Amino acid sequence: MSGKRHVVIIGNGISGVTCARNLRKLDDKVRITLVSGESKYFFSRTALMYIYMGHMKFEHTQPYENWFWEKNRLELKEEWVSEIDYSSKHLIFQSGENLPYDDLVIAVGSKPNKFGWPGQELKGVQGLYSKQDLELMESSTQSGVSRAVIVGGGLIGIEMAEMLAYKKIPVTFLVRESGFWDNILPKAESEMIGKHILEHHIDLRLESELDEILGDESGRVKGIRTKSGEEIPCQFVGLTAGVSPNIDFLKGSELALNRGVKVNLNFQTNIPNVYSIGDCAEFDQAPAADRKPIEQVWYTGRMHGETLAHTLAGRPIAYKPGHWFNSAKFLDIEYQTYGTVPASWDSSKIDSFYWEHSSGKIAFRMLMDKSGMLVGINNFGFRLRHEFFDRALTDKWSGAKVIAKLEKANFDPEFSAPFYIEIQKEFKKQFGGDFSVSKPSFIQKLFGANV
Amino acid sequence: MKLIQKLGLLLFLIGLGSFILIPFLGSYSLDKELILANTKEIHQEKLVEVLEPMYGEAFSSNFAFLSTFNGYFDSYNDKLKANSQWDDVIWDDYSFAFALAGLESPVKENPWLFLFLSIGLAVIGGLLYNLPKHQDEPEGIKNNGTFHSSLKNRGIVGMLTGSFLITFYIVLYWFPAYLVNLVSMVSPISEMLSGNPASQWFLYGLIYTLAIIVMGIRMFRKYRGNKYQQLRTASVMFFQTAFAFLIPEILVLLNQPYFDFKNIWPLDYDFFYDYQISTFLSSGGVGMFMLIWGILLIIVGVPTFTYFFGKRWYCSWVCGCGGLAETVGDPFRQLSDKSVKAWKYERYIIHGVLVLAVVMTTVTIANYFSGFSFLGNATNQLHSFYGFAIGSAFAGVVGTGFYPFMGNRVWCRFGCPLAAYLGIVQRFKSRFRITTNGGQCISCGNCSTYCEMGIDVRAYAQKGQNIVRSSCVGCGVCSAVCPRGVLKLENGNEENRINDFPILIGNNSVKLNV
Repeated sequence: MSGKRHVVIIGNGISGVTCARNLRKLDDKVRITLVSGESKYFFSRTALMYIYMGHMKFEHTQPYENWFWEKNRLELKEEWVSEIDYSSKHLIFQSGENLPYDDLVIAVGSKPNKFGWPGQELKGVQGLYSKQDLELMESSTQSGVSRAVIVGGGLIGIEMAEMLAYKKIPVTFLVRESGFWDNILPKAESEMIGKHILEHHIDLRLESELDEILGDESGRVKGIRTKSGEEIPCQFVGLTAGVSPNIDFLKGSELALNRGVKVNLNFQTNIPNVYSIGDCAEFDQAPAADRKPIEQVWYTGRMHGETLAHTLAGRPIAYKPGHWFNSAKFLDIEYQTYGTVPASWDSSKIDSFYWEHSSGKIAFRMLMDKSGMLVGINNFGFRLRHEFFDRALTDKWSGAKVIAKLEKANFDPEFSAPFYIEIQKEFKKQFGGDFSVSKPSFIQKLFGANV
Repeated sequence: MKLIQKLGLLLFLIGLGSFILIPFLGSYSLDKELILANTKEIHQEKLVEVLEPMYGEAFSSNFAFLSTFNGYFDSYNDKLKANSQWDDVIWDDYSFAFALAGLESPVKENPWLFLFLSIGLAVIGGLLYNLPKHQDEPEGIKNNGTFHSSLKNRGIVGMLTGSFLITFYIVLYWFPAYLVNLVSMVSPISEMLSGNPASQWFLYGLIYTLAIIVMGIRMFRKYRGNKYQQLRTASVMFFQTAFAFLIPEILVLLNQPYFDFKNIWPLDYDFFYDYQISTFLSSGGVGMFMLIWGILLIIVGVPTFTYFFGKRWYCSWVCGCGGLAETVGDPFRQLSDKSVKAWKYERYIIHGVLVLAVVMTTVTIANYFSGFSFLGNATNQLHSFYGFAIGSAFAGVVGTGFYPFMGNRVWCRFGCPLAAYLGIVQRFKSRFRITTNGGQCISCGNCSTYCEMGIDVRAYAQKGQNIVRSSCVGCGVCSAVCPRGVLKLENGNEENRINDFPILIGNNSVKLNV
């Protein structure tokens, strides 16, 4: 192996693995090693909840078969890194073993936030991020849990609530804010999801903040107390108040850190030949006007990896993300977003169009600037085409044009109800517009695809 | 589980238990009149003589009766075979006919009572279990606990279910004489439909159809809110009940040939057999219509519909095997093997069966037109080999018996020659594809896990690539279970249907440098 340039990637999540795969595609010679103590083989972190709920087994969450790594000469090292010696370019593992590198990529992801609550280290209190977290949760909720409390109303919180509901464990869901995920979702959408959470018999408590986690003499959680003084007995507490870069093991060295590993838009840290991507990287400037310096989404991790691979292959390029998009699923309600839709906006600069179906599970929001140009959309409970909105945003379509062509954006399964017709009618009512509403097709009429 | 569902499960188990016990009831006896009434004229004299020792004796079980019968029958034949008197050997199997005629049992006396206690209770139980499913839950994906279930994850219940199905198919295909109680039990229904007593195939057709209906209702409950799933389930239920079960029986009642208008060669492998052809040709206008209809389906129907809609128009909307797989088999879809290795085997085996079916049929037709001078009776050997190995063992025993081991589409994926033909059209000349929604895939694996055909859907979706695969039956479940709205079954322009080098939307840094 000597003589070959050796790229070592710490972390085999979506960022690290995408980087390794793309680098191999671009450079047939370079030696590539992926280091991870969490799991030898890459798995999809977003699917952990489905293992718990019995939709899949762990092996189903592995996107590549085990032979893939050897075939593509991607070496796998199942180790935890305890230290990095940047001057001699070595990793030191917890086992004591060393691994030299020429280029180092730090792609170590996140860890669940813990805000110093009393009792946060008790048994039965945990976040959910890693494979080990899932295993811990499985064993902690095996039996003897008559109620669980989840603290923090975001995506992992609602996933954890759904997981516990599968085990028929009653869940109290504490959300500090006045609406579910309301730092991201506009009020109407946040309320809609809130109602759906209640429909699933999850005890959603808005504007409720955790004060203390109470333990018994054996060090196990026995309840929590909220800031309002209410005590809720429970045997499991999920801490899901967001995540932050997993950089504790990097502290105290010459590597420049802030909240994450500080990088420029080429993912370079302050140390030559050391890069960082994914959840743990913090850009010195926001990569785009609507982006934050730390991007903690599956898709951005994938893009970081894809971009850095080019740099490592000797074709340096800077990170330049396209239009924002994201997706999630809240219990049964799917969510997609394209472009920029913040939780709130300045109505002197932005017009908002909102439609919600009478079922209270399907909704569409579109933001436009004052010239009528599309800024972004949210859709819930039905599916819209990424390509369509990417083009609409790039070509600066007007909101009216988007609505006029909405049938083309439809991505729902065949025979589904044509919600775009209702949306078009509502848009005409609210904003007018010189377009004709789509007609239901013969098939849609035949099979009574009612909206 | 609700109380009514528990009751349903109990009734189903009682029905199933009765169904298993019924074959062991009653007694059997033979006499001369019975043999004469159930034997071809050329065999009558011999059989009356050979079986004489059995006259008047009452056999208390089917095992005793059949082993005694086989003893006399085989020793007669063996002697002839040893002396190479091939023309005198009785090749016909009379065991089923004699057992059916010689049976005296409470089941034969009270067929409706026993029908109610077995199949009736199983159906009622199945409905009571399925109808209230997911009643208090919002619409959505209902895969909770699939891999924690013993039935659905190759646990002990799954093993038992598979073993039962395999045993049932083996007895049905090769030892039907043991099932005469069940056959006589369903005979009144057969008499009502076609005017004829039931055969073991009528029994099978009845159970098959009822299973599709009861488990189709389960599909309606499970996929509430997904119109595509609802409609295609209703479609397979309709085609099985009307086209595969009722219409052929009614045709017989009207003195027309038994014919399933939706069964297509080479799945319908005996369509061109000489006895089929002569039936068509001797049945006037109706027979001629059947022959032309069957041929048109093969050469016009399959390519045209598959061009416009993909092979799903047949495999998951019309086909009987598909119908069973999509209803009874749905709980097992996640057990299909997704590895690249399995895909390699699949391509060799399924295309091998297609080649075999084509060769066999070509030889048969050549033989027919040459007035049986070409190869003579060798085609019969070929037919019986194909019928045994593919028609019975592969399609039946493995195809359905292996649901709890290898998923619900083992036959469709590895064996069906029609699926191979449809697949070739779908792969190379079709408007059908599964579209990937830009960069939205999170590689979670639900699509691949629940693909009954073992397609690694995620491998395409995470690259932003459309899925164009010959094996895809278009069941739409990958799209249904996707938590991020990434997959859509579509018929569209052939241009850009297959994109070998897709670019994931959303990362302009890379696009700019390509």
